[in-house]
Amino acid sequence: MGAMNAEEMEKYKGVFVFAQQVDNVLSGISFELIGEGKRLASKLDAQVTAVLIGSEVSGLVDELAAYGADRVIVVDDPELKNYRTEPYAHALASVINEYKPEIVLVGATAIGRDLGPTVSARVATGLTADCTLLEIGDFPINPIPGKEQKHNQLLMTRPAFGGNTIATIACPDNRPQMATVRPGVMQKLDKTEGAKAEVINYNPGFTPNNRYVEILEVAKAVSDIKDIMDAKILVSGGRGVGSSENFKILEDLADAIGGQVSCSRAVVDSGWKPKELQVGQTGKTVRPNVYFAIGISGAIQHVAGMEESDIIIAINKDADAPIFDVADYGVVGDLNKIVPALTEAIKAEIAAK
Amino acid sequence: MKIVVCIKQVPDTKGGVKFNPDGTLDRGAMLTIMNPDDKAGLEAALRLKDEYGAEVTVLTMGLPKATDVLQEAIAMGADKGVLVTDRVLGGADTWATSTTLAGALRKLDYDLIITGRQAIDGDTAQVGPQIAEHLGLPVISYAQEIKLEGDSIVVKRQYDDGYHMLKAKLPCLITALSELNEPRYMTPGGIFKAVETEITTLGRADLVDVDDSNIGLNGSPTKIAKASDKVKKGQGEMAPEDADPVAYIVGKLKDKHVI
Repeated sequence: MGAMNAEEMEKYKGVFVFAQQVDNVLSGISFELIGEGKRLASKLDAQVTAVLIGSEVSGLVDELAAYGADRVIVVDDPELKNYRTEPYAHALASVINEYKPEIVLVGATAIGRDLGPTVSARVATGLTADCTLLEIGDFPINPIPGKEQKHNQLLMTRPAFGGNTIATIACPDNRPQMATVRPGVMQKLDKTEGAKAEVINYNPGFTPNNRYVEILEVAKAVSDIKDIMDAKILVSGGRGVGSSENFKILEDLADAIGGQVSCSRAVVDSGWKPKELQVGQTGKTVRPNVYFAIGISGAIQHVAGMEESDIIIAINKDADAPIFDVADYGVVGDLNKIVPALTEAIKAEIAAK
Repeated sequence: MKIVVCIKQVPDTKGGVKFNPDGTLDRGAMLTIMNPDDKAGLEAALRLKDEYGAEVTVLTMGLPKATDVLQEAIAMGADKGVLVTDRVLGGADTWATSTTLAGALRKLDYDLIITGRQAIDGDTAQVGPQIAEHLGLPVISYAQEIKLEGDSIVVKRQYDDGYHMLKAKLPCLITALSELNEPRYMTPGGIFKAVETEITTLGRADLVDVDDSNIGLNGSPTKIAKASDKVKKGQGEMAPEDADPVAYIVGKLKDKHVI
């Protein structure tokens, strides 16, 4: 697309984050984006605005303020009850065109990875997907003779080629600068009860057209499983565990040490565990204090989702498994012997205290 | 019914990742494959063809060697292949890629467009929804099931915490997940057909309603500031071969005050 003219670019100010909610409950990524947005905004001497889109969602405003939003723009309409691409894209694109933010952050969730591209194409700007690091800096990073170096640009870093490479992307000639951000990577701020944000109600009008799809059914995965992204200790199993039944030995270990079970993609593909327990590029990014990788070979797509864990302990029968390249402590051996014995030893240690 | 499936030739990052001695990615040594999500999208189109009758066209943008994936698709059962290739289209980000593919799609007949959710080289998941935006079509991303109902399509749309059943009037665009199906293999008859079928090649001049400012590297709003092969985390320590593995792990957990 052509470069926006400098005068027009100057009009774009502030950091906006999409405050994702489902069934009128804010998603964790919303608070993470506010936290990260505050950090970026402080470098630009700007404010963070949460854009809250839904039906009868004004009750969520105070929670966004408590996590650091300076301002909340609420788009409330019955058409927005459940997420659908068209009315949500219309809502966010209209807010962008009306309020002209310099930066727009959206969670790289199953919602945000649909909403982000649609909105960026509609407002005609660039979008960088699945970012894991955001910074304010110069573009080009090093001056190039004969080329203008622009300051205070959003530099968006993301993995590519299945996690094998890292690229830093800028959007120097168009506004807003848009990024989707991987859940679990950015830090939310501590909650400040009683904090207040400026509230703006905005409704661009919603007229259903051919692009409004019809929702025939809304199904929730019925589950009382705790989110693995919140776990301090994860006992994670891969194909090497061998069967759904054999995950019992991992569950026993998790119970003994006060952790939770997670798994690799191969386990989900085999139907042994539900997708919500999957760690990795197509699953969740986790950073627990301790991550046990048991019978997990360590494909790069898996490693991308767990390498930030504080301590990684790998147990695998194959001494050449790539998981040992990222493990802090590696043990080569039969998980069927080691894991049950480890469970008993940990129980004994805890009982002895 | 006419279905166009957008497919991409990608390096095989799964298992086949090769590194140079200096630790950088050796792209030349990596095999190329049809992107897995796209292949599932193609299989979904072929199943609609089997059940209801349809003409399936596969469309790709890339270097001339991307003809390989079009021929593979025809050998699986697609009817036609279209390659968009032109030097001026190179270096495109997702915006410029989507405007280019939309320009090619305006030249083709379609009731349904299927793309993969994302390609395994970029993992962006952006091109499908962006094509829909340029063409003014409804989009349903993350399709786990697809069925036809009269002049509408009914799709099971995956979310992080469940799914929606969605219905859209044709024409529309769907992005397919690889868990949608198990793609079929090429057949001997299909391979013969692939050899005989002429691939249509489109260049810059064939794209409909696409401005020069929206193609290739110059038409891409996002610019690479730097790129590097990932620095691997240093290897940690391995339990000595003669050590008791359980005592070793318990020792480490105690050292680190986990237990």
